[in-house]
Amino acid sequence: MAYKRQIDRLPIIPADAKKQNVTCHYCIVGCGYHAYTWPVNKQGGTDANANAFGEDLSKQQPAETDAWYAPSMYNVVKQDGKDVHLVIKPDKACVVNSGLGSIRGARMAENRSSEVTGTQQQRLTDPLVWRYGTWQPTGWDDALDLVAQVTARVVTDGSEDDLFVSMFDHGGSAGGYENTWGTGKLYFESMKVKHCRIHNRPAYNSEVHSTRDMGVGELNYCYEDFELTDAIFLVGGNPMETQTNLFLNHWVPGLRGDSLDKMKQQLPGEPHEAAKIVIVDPRRTVTVNACEQFAGKDNVLHLSIKTGTDLALLNTLFTYIADQGWVDADFIAQSTYQGAEAAQAEDAAHPAALTGFEAARAACRLGLAEGAQICGLAEADIVKAAEWIARPKDGGARRRTVYPYEKGIIWGNDNYRSIGAMVNIALATGNIGRPGGGVVRLGGHQEGYMRPSDAHVGRPAPYIDDLLIKGGGKVHHIWANDHYKTTLNATEFKRVYNKRTNMVKEAMDGAAGGSREDLVNAIVDALDKGGIFSVNVDIIHSQIGQAAHVILPAVESGEMTLTSMNGERRLRMTERYMDPPGSAKPDCLIAAGLAQHMERVLRAMGKADYADRFKGYDWEDEEAAFMDGYHANTGRIVTYDRLRAMGNDGVQEPVVDFQDGKLVGTTRLYADGKFGTDDGLARFCAGAWRGWQAAGKKEQQAKYDFLINNGRSNINWQNQFLDQENDFVRDRYPFPFIEMHPDDMADLGVKAGDLVEIHNDVGATQAMAYPTPTAKRKETFMLFGAPAGQQGNIINNGVNELILPDYKHAWANIRKIADAPAAVRHLSFKSKEYGAA
Amino acid sequence: MSRCSKMVDVGRRQFLRGSALAAAGAAATTFHSPAKAAPGKARLDYPSNRLASLSDLKVNEPLDVAYPDEDAPGVLLKLGKKVEGGVGPDGDIVGFSTVCPHKGFLMTYLPGDRTLNCPGHFSRFDCEAGGQQIWGHATQNLPQYVLRIDAAGGIYAEGLDELLHGRLSNVL
Repeated sequence: MAYKRQIDRLPIIPADAKKQNVTCHYCIVGCGYHAYTWPVNKQGGTDANANAFGEDLSKQQPAETDAWYAPSMYNVVKQDGKDVHLVIKPDKACVVNSGLGSIRGARMAENRSSEVTGTQQQRLTDPLVWRYGTWQPTGWDDALDLVAQVTARVVTDGSEDDLFVSMFDHGGSAGGYENTWGTGKLYFESMKVKHCRIHNRPAYNSEVHSTRDMGVGELNYCYEDFELTDAIFLVGGNPMETQTNLFLNHWVPGLRGDSLDKMKQQLPGEPHEAAKIVIVDPRRTVTVNACEQFAGKDNVLHLSIKTGTDLALLNTLFTYIADQGWVDADFIAQSTYQGAEAAQAEDAAHPAALTGFEAARAACRLGLAEGAQICGLAEADIVKAAEWIARPKDGGARRRTVYPYEKGIIWGNDNYRSIGAMVNIALATGNIGRPGGGVVRLGGHQEGYMRPSDAHVGRPAPYIDDLLIKGGGKVHHIWANDHYKTTLNATEFKRVYNKRTNMVKEAMDGAAGGSREDLVNAIVDALDKGGIFSVNVDIIHSQIGQAAHVILPAVESGEMTLTSMNGERRLRMTERYMDPPGSAKPDCLIAAGLAQHMERVLRAMGKADYADRFKGYDWEDEEAAFMDGYHANTGRIVTYDRLRAMGNDGVQEPVVDFQDGKLVGTTRLYADGKFGTDDGLARFCAGAWRGWQAAGKKEQQAKYDFLINNGRSNINWQNQFLDQENDFVRDRYPFPFIEMHPDDMADLGVKAGDLVEIHNDVGATQAMAYPTPTAKRKETFMLFGAPAGQQGNIINNGVNELILPDYKHAWANIRKIADAPAAVRHLSFKSKEYGAA
Repeated sequence: MSRCSKMVDVGRRQFLRGSALAAAGAAATTFHSPAKAAPGKARLDYPSNRLASLSDLKVNEPLDVAYPDEDAPGVLLKLGKKVEGGVGPDGDIVGFSTVCPHKGFLMTYLPGDRTLNCPGHFSRFDCEAGGQQIWGHATQNLPQYVLRIDAAGGIYAEGLDELLHGRLSNVL
């Protein structure tokens, strides 16, 4: 049987419950929620004056009611040391989500740590140090002293290049401006660590270098643009699953024509109709299905390209649109680079030249016939797409189109040129900085980046995971990264990392009972022999944390006050509504503590000058880190009090002023036609199609039977760090699924739910077969980042010139290893598409 | 909701009256005079409602019902194959709420793949797998009826296994 909570009623939120602002800490969209808390011995009533909604709760509430919450939105947590009821429910007044809750965010309460209800007891509560052959709990000073002693020895015996750092750069969750600043100040100001990487990729680099080099920041629009546009051109994105309420609350009104009145009002003098959508994706997703349902099949064009050919399609479209003259000549003349020479030549740091319109047009030229052949499309469909997104409207008005993209090309073939090609089309058609336009990342996490300059890291940035495999680094500080679940070439990475960290564990075991100096000496000796000392800062004991020697417990959003911005640069504050588990701390304060211990240890070592660089961390709380970082570096306008007063709608960055008691933000970037380059002129990307870009992809494709495309599902957040202990989620997918065509399954003798091994020249992993009739033959789709089967095990180490991984392209063979285990026998394996029957 | 015209809340009033008595009893409590009010129950008492008889059901033809009251639309199904939680001589009779636990829209039954589908945001639930959400936005699987068949073939609902959308108590 499917998992059921057997809950027949919930405590009612009393009228006087405390109400705190919450921005969902999962995906980039950042839906507004409220956290209601009240004493555990009190409850509201059904009478309208006895509950927080002012509604008669003795009656059935209608669809879309604000006066209901699901069992997943309820928990009992600690607040100021006392047990309180907690309800976290969507905010109907928030412009982002209008009361919608996703299958991720609407489980925030249930995914809080609670000693009373027993949820999320996997959360770390105390620092742990490898002692006596296992991890032993200890105090902060003991743990941080060991980290500082070993780190200080290594960076002074050798250099800061021997310290490798894996650190998140995101907002939401346990990120945010406070925590990226704390870690950034430590590693980029007190130290100049260049061997570092980010949470989801093996180097410290942008995911979207080309758009930034072209002068176009990747989050340049507002969500309302989807309600004002004539067309959406989506490449490599699946927003129904992964940016759910952006799709439901902003795309759907545009696609269904619900926003026509708004278009007529805001954009008079041109014809309007419901938006059409072009979706470029080798796979048929639930987004395609939903668009067909909401907009009608005639208004949806799914271009199911051969995997990895996005750049060829984009260049073909750019060529065709330019040849038709469907461009915004005035915009090109006034806002883009006009020089005869390239503004930036192609070189090791720039995988394509950056030029003016005509030079890029010439470099990217790809005819319809050739483009169609490369992409496996009909020429007529490419023409149709061009007409939908660029042909001027009746009367000659410019067609407004939003150009969203995400991991399909970010983690796809030829990242730099593909994203550049997308931006080329948006620039040529004048669709940036204007209502109904934008060329934008859809995004994964929220953002919350505030760090000192990372220029010392260099470009291309060092390929950290590869260096670790090759024996690089002696100390590794890890902040909420789980390479074991999410890196590429993961089979090899885990093998080497386990070996290197085990060398240190054995050395520590051998020094049991000795002094701190004996222990540090034993560790350093093991490091000199090829070991690595691994420090893991996280909210749970992660998979890479199994290799750690010191584990430091961090907190999440809501257990600290935390600020982040979403995909339209909307800055909000989540208020602290509960206590962290045990002695867990915000990352910014852990970084501060580590800095203070470094200062003390270095001073004791007689390195006073170096020690002085670790001053400036006297932060009492996260607000102090915010003021030191975000506030001081963004015009000193935003404070906690001012942002709190802006509620769940917050303010769109950049924040430019404070007037009449309100923060004043920016609806769209580049509305004045000036772009993010020295001369304010945007560049075009002269990036021709060149086939498979990353090493080893072409060879692997030729050698193995199945494409193992991969990505997310709506129900699992990220690498499932919380969801791996969520009963509802685990019941649905105890193992990662691999969607396969039923005929392929039959050929392999695989039935629904059977476990299969996916294996190739770089490794192996396993998953549960999910029959999917809409899948193409020999093209599978596997859930990424799962704890019970890491897709990264079979991705080769090929990256682009700037060390961006091509996770999407792996080929392998598949064999059955077991009949459906007991945990999956009750599962539904029916189509995920609405109206499928 | 389309089938919410009638409000049957006798059970709710009964429940509230019980609570009020308990509260009054507690207020009267002193050191010398311990409370004598009946203790409240930890769980709801679900009504046992006759929804249909075996002869009303045909394989894969949904029968509209409501439980535990007229404001809670649902469906009875004879699936034609034995399923977990199924009752009746063939172990194939199940009942579900038809209100989507995501945002409360009324769902429709697709006989082709025996699923309940929400027109609001396209969540789907499998009637052959205990109402498991196949894909969707709800954070719970579909509330299923606890069913009993009496000797005369009457089909009775006597409980639910998840909270219904739009009410903080399954029995109002």
